[in-house]
Amino acid sequence: MWSFFHKLGSPPWLYGIAGSILRWLLPLTLLALIAGASWGLLFTPPDFRQGNSYRIIYIHVPAAVVALAGYYVMALAGAVSLIWKMKMADVAMKACAPVGAALTFIALVTGAIWGKPTWGTWWVWDARITSMLILLFLYLGVIALYEAYDNKAAAAKACAVLSLVGTVNIPIIYKSVDWWYSLHQPASIKFTGGSTIDPSMLYPLMLMIASFYALFTCCLLLNMRVEILRREARTNWVRKLVGA
Amino acid sequence: MSAPVAIFPEAPGTLAFCARLLRRQLVLALRRPVDIGNPLLFFAMVVALFPLGLGPAPGTLATFAPGILWIVALLANLLTADNLFRGDFDDGSLEQLLLSPQPLYTSVLAYVLSQWLVTGALLALLSPLFALMLNLAPGAIPTLVCSLLLGSGVLSLVGGIGAALTVGLRRGGMLVALLILPFYMPVLIFGSAAVQAAVIGAPAGAHLAILGAMLCLALALAPLAIGAALRISVDA
Amino acid sequence: MYFDSVHAALAMEGHGPFVWAAYVITLAVLAAMLTAPARRARRLRRELAGNFKRNAGRGGGANEVGNASGT
Repeated sequence: MWSFFHKLGSPPWLYGIAGSILRWLLPLTLLALIAGASWGLLFTPPDFRQGNSYRIIYIHVPAAVVALAGYYVMALAGAVSLIWKMKMADVAMKACAPVGAALTFIALVTGAIWGKPTWGTWWVWDARITSMLILLFLYLGVIALYEAYDNKAAAAKACAVLSLVGTVNIPIIYKSVDWWYSLHQPASIKFTGGSTIDPSMLYPLMLMIASFYALFTCCLLLNMRVEILRREARTNWVRKLVGA
Repeated sequence: MSAPVAIFPEAPGTLAFCARLLRRQLVLALRRPVDIGNPLLFFAMVVALFPLGLGPAPGTLATFAPGILWIVALLANLLTADNLFRGDFDDGSLEQLLLSPQPLYTSVLAYVLSQWLVTGALLALLSPLFALMLNLAPGAIPTLVCSLLLGSGVLSLVGGIGAALTVGLRRGGMLVALLILPFYMPVLIFGSAAVQAAVIGAPAGAHLAILGAMLCLALALAPLAIGAALRISVDA
Repeated sequence: MYFDSVHAALAMEGHGPFVWAAYVITLAVLAAMLTAPARRARRLRRELAGNFKRNAGRGGGANEVGNASGT
């Protein structure tokens, strides 16, 4: 009886609750993003070594941090869907991949732009950049696998397995890339590594990281709502929602 | 082992079953020697591309030889990964295997082992020949063989995951490469570093130990992922 | 405010183009990320409404046809 109600009630409930969360979270996120970006861009002092180019940190680091966390969210949702066969976990996992890929892309592009004034070249095979590139490949692999399947239920399961394999591998990849870099490049190019960051720069960075996390959540919920609608297209509540 | 015997009195034990599976796979492979030869031929051809692209200077080639040999071995492995389950999926014997009471973990290991024997191990044993062609320092050749033996085991296991995920798809070939190449990168890093260390006379034991650790991890976890992926592919 | 003028904020002592380019690209990607689901949802809703309308017409439920066009 309960499980019947649960199954019946879950997608519309999730759809509704996601909508009501978005109603206040989305404006708040946008506000925090604007505040954090203008704080970082206009109100913080420049870095004494890198000058003003360091201001890219306020989008580069949050994007990289959240992109990595996003992979773990995706793998977690995949594990939940594999173990407990929860349909909504499938939906969450599928919604993570494009958002994470976009954030990884932002981190890579801003990193490249930051590299030009700092290192004098657009691309350096630095450990962190290389790891981010591999992370982008992992995300794109998940998306490609999902699109390759015609049967979307099987696609979600296959992607769940792949993202779990990725979760085991990401620490290995990161450690080996780190080690590979230390082997080939004696620490000549190093920035802010180990050095303390001044509170006047740290606070806007924290704000930006928090708002990128909120942004990830918003995008996740937005994507999930569309996916729920698509999957539940034949149900009565969607008919009411669309028809009313 | 008691459960299958109780239900099917004539069923073989797990080990015997795996041995039969391995033998079947090897016999199938040996009946089509061209399929075994293809990766080796590919290896030889790509090795021949590098002098053409980089110039024939022995010094240049020797510098790049560890990386070249490892990348080519990796690509050769990648090309064969796609076919691991394809034939058995198409003729339905994979479904029979999934329905059989034998533990999937060990059966999958038998598949991967047979694939490794006819590609990775064979490639590793023949690699000294290509190493000589690329002017690799002779002292580094034992390390090259060891690192390829260990590393190609990981490659075969990880490649099996990609093959299992895409076996139900009509056009899996390119997709397998996209899915598993990122997972090959740590193996490439430590494999080529081991050979490079051996070239400059440094001890390569630590690199080989890390490759061995990766192999252990892959042996423990990859068959689980392959099994889960096979079930998904067959159900779809 | 760290910068004296709008011009100084745009130039950022020579680093301006890089910093502003990074922010503009990020803004574009974020905007695409946020609007893509909304666009997909709108298209899907229109599609679904059309489907329901057609099915209702076939099934003889004439009273539902008028409601479906309200989206």
